[in-house]
Amino acid sequence: MTATKRNEEPIIQVKNISKQYNIGMDRTYKTFSESFTNAIRSPIKSLNSIRSQQDTFWALKDINFEVEQGEVVGIIGRNGAGKSTLLKILSRITTPTEGEIRLKGRVGSLLEVGTGFHPELTGRENIYFNGAILGMKKKEIDDKFDEIVKFSGVEKFLDTPVKRYSSGMQVRLAFSVAANLDPEILVVDEVLAVGDAAFQKKCLGKMGEVAEGGRTVLFVSHNMGAVNKLCTSCILLNSGKIQLIGHPNDIINQYLDNLSQKSSQKRFSPNNEYKGQIFQVALMDDEGNVTSDFPSHIDPTLEIKYILNEKVIGFHVACIISNQDGYHIFSTADTDLNPNLFDERPPGNYCVRVKLPTKWLNTGTYNVAVGIGIAGVETYDRQDAVAFTKHDTGDFGTAKEGSRRAGLLLIDTPWYYIP
Amino acid sequence: MTDAQSNYELVIKPSYGFLNINWQEMLEYRELLFFLALREIKIRYKQTIMGAGWAVLQPFFTMIVFTLIFGGLASMPSEGIPYPIFSYSGLLLWTYFSVALTQSGNSLVGNAPLLSKVYMPRLFIPTAPCIAGIVDYLIALSILGLMMVYYMFVPNLTILLLPAILFVTFLLASGLGFWLSSICVKYRDVKFVLPFFIQLLLFVSPVIYPAAIVGENLRWLLYLNPLTGLINAHRACLLGYTPIDWHGLGIAVALTLVLFITGILYLKRTEKYLADLV
Repeated sequence: MTATKRNEEPIIQVKNISKQYNIGMDRTYKTFSESFTNAIRSPIKSLNSIRSQQDTFWALKDINFEVEQGEVVGIIGRNGAGKSTLLKILSRITTPTEGEIRLKGRVGSLLEVGTGFHPELTGRENIYFNGAILGMKKKEIDDKFDEIVKFSGVEKFLDTPVKRYSSGMQVRLAFSVAANLDPEILVVDEVLAVGDAAFQKKCLGKMGEVAEGGRTVLFVSHNMGAVNKLCTSCILLNSGKIQLIGHPNDIINQYLDNLSQKSSQKRFSPNNEYKGQIFQVALMDDEGNVTSDFPSHIDPTLEIKYILNEKVIGFHVACIISNQDGYHIFSTADTDLNPNLFDERPPGNYCVRVKLPTKWLNTGTYNVAVGIGIAGVETYDRQDAVAFTKHDTGDFGTAKEGSRRAGLLLIDTPWYYIP
Repeated sequence: MTDAQSNYELVIKPSYGFLNINWQEMLEYRELLFFLALREIKIRYKQTIMGAGWAVLQPFFTMIVFTLIFGGLASMPSEGIPYPIFSYSGLLLWTYFSVALTQSGNSLVGNAPLLSKVYMPRLFIPTAPCIAGIVDYLIALSILGLMMVYYMFVPNLTILLLPAILFVTFLLASGLGFWLSSICVKYRDVKFVLPFFIQLLLFVSPVIYPAAIVGENLRWLLYLNPLTGLINAHRACLLGYTPIDWHGLGIAVALTLVLFITGILYLKRTEKYLADLV
């Protein structure tokens, strides 16, 4: 394929695309008797199949954008923002409710692991079958067969049924078939979340190649590092609408800011019946700016404001840091290094800060729970207050791999070569 | 990649037109149909001891049971030919039809993961099992060949009609398959109706008994089942002992075409919500 610059017309034109779903799709896959009784109960309604407003929701609403040939477009957004729905419409799996898309060229999608694989068929048979599903001709597959096998690294198991493959091998094979497909438009939906780091690196490299070859790529991912590295532009979706389109770096920052505002600071309304109460918890960076997004080398500062309504003895303030899986990473209390604080404290407002030692924590989001009370006796107040995200800054070479390191910790460990 | 392909513009819009069937696309994807059918054939007998022997064993043992019960105990008339070859020649086509229809009817729901992840001409999914079944048919046909030698049947020129009859049966199975698999996307009741329907259909098809056993005044009812004309013609053209009933065959072909064409149209209509419901 020659990467000739075609005319100025965009390769993808998306105009006013909307997609409506009926809430509780389960309800619509019904039995005869159900639809029969419905028809008897409300004949006009079921005849016109009118749905009341609250039964439906718009997964996508008025989406407009254009993509030029050779662009690599990242589509980001929270779960449920409509990313996958958009890709499904683009790859014709489902139809839009409104609007129109014009495409100049074949759309190929990179499938999830094993979709399009039949477990009983051998690797060889599945390469042909999967290729055909993706719209390849037999001759095309014949020509690329060796390349596909080589890229996947499953040479030895070509004549073994795929059900005996490890999931990693399946991903590798699936990706290899799809990556060797030559569509003008390649659609990739979060397949890189699987596979080991080395293979992910290989995949990202291949995607870069695809893009350099003049093909257009649409890439949905939660991996901001990969989006930033690979994409030439970025679309941020929010509740089915386009919130922003622009340069990946700007869009990603905006997106992370949006995410963090919600959890960086929390206030609680005072209640005088408590002996003591937490009324504000905040996370801030070294400059004192309230944020919840931290580069991996910056330690978040936790600020707790609390009120004591009476004199207390044996009181402490503590916090527990836990990861997204709910595992407690560590906890710390104001009395740990300062046992004198167990002595009497008078009523009044207090403000305390602690720098959380998170330098070694792996990238990811962590929850901070804060509690006050008499140590081991009584809890006055406890709040699952705030959360922070440690993001990859490209140290350690992890950004180059485009993937998160395995493990709870991310530790800069010097390696020495002995000459 | 050719220029023709590069300039090819695709428009994605909310609704498909009623008769908007993209034949060109199907032509481009034709190899996929082949691979889908090949997959059906390859996986059908994986991890079985008998392998493709099952294609023969099923109709063969059914024939033996039928021969013992209907040919022996019930002394069923069989148009003047030995009952075993009478029932086997009927069972041959019947088995092809019933297996193809069962698999075709469940195909869209059965391939749900695929359909919700990748686009392809959906019409191929219910068609593939009907193509794959032909291989089984041909294997089982060899046994009929042996039986014909044993019973000394010499086929005449009408045997040339066999591919056509098989093709019409294929159209019938896929046509009904289009209908049932599309309905099944929305109403899973099909899964329960289908085996039952096929079981009943056997009793209103001239597999066990000859069509002539039904009285003149009710025979038209039997001919409303397109399989009646097909099974009769199939038997006649293979064994050559009786002229082909063109009248019955004509009705069968007409009914098949109606089912096949409306089946395509119905599946096309289903297509727009298929991935959301399946």
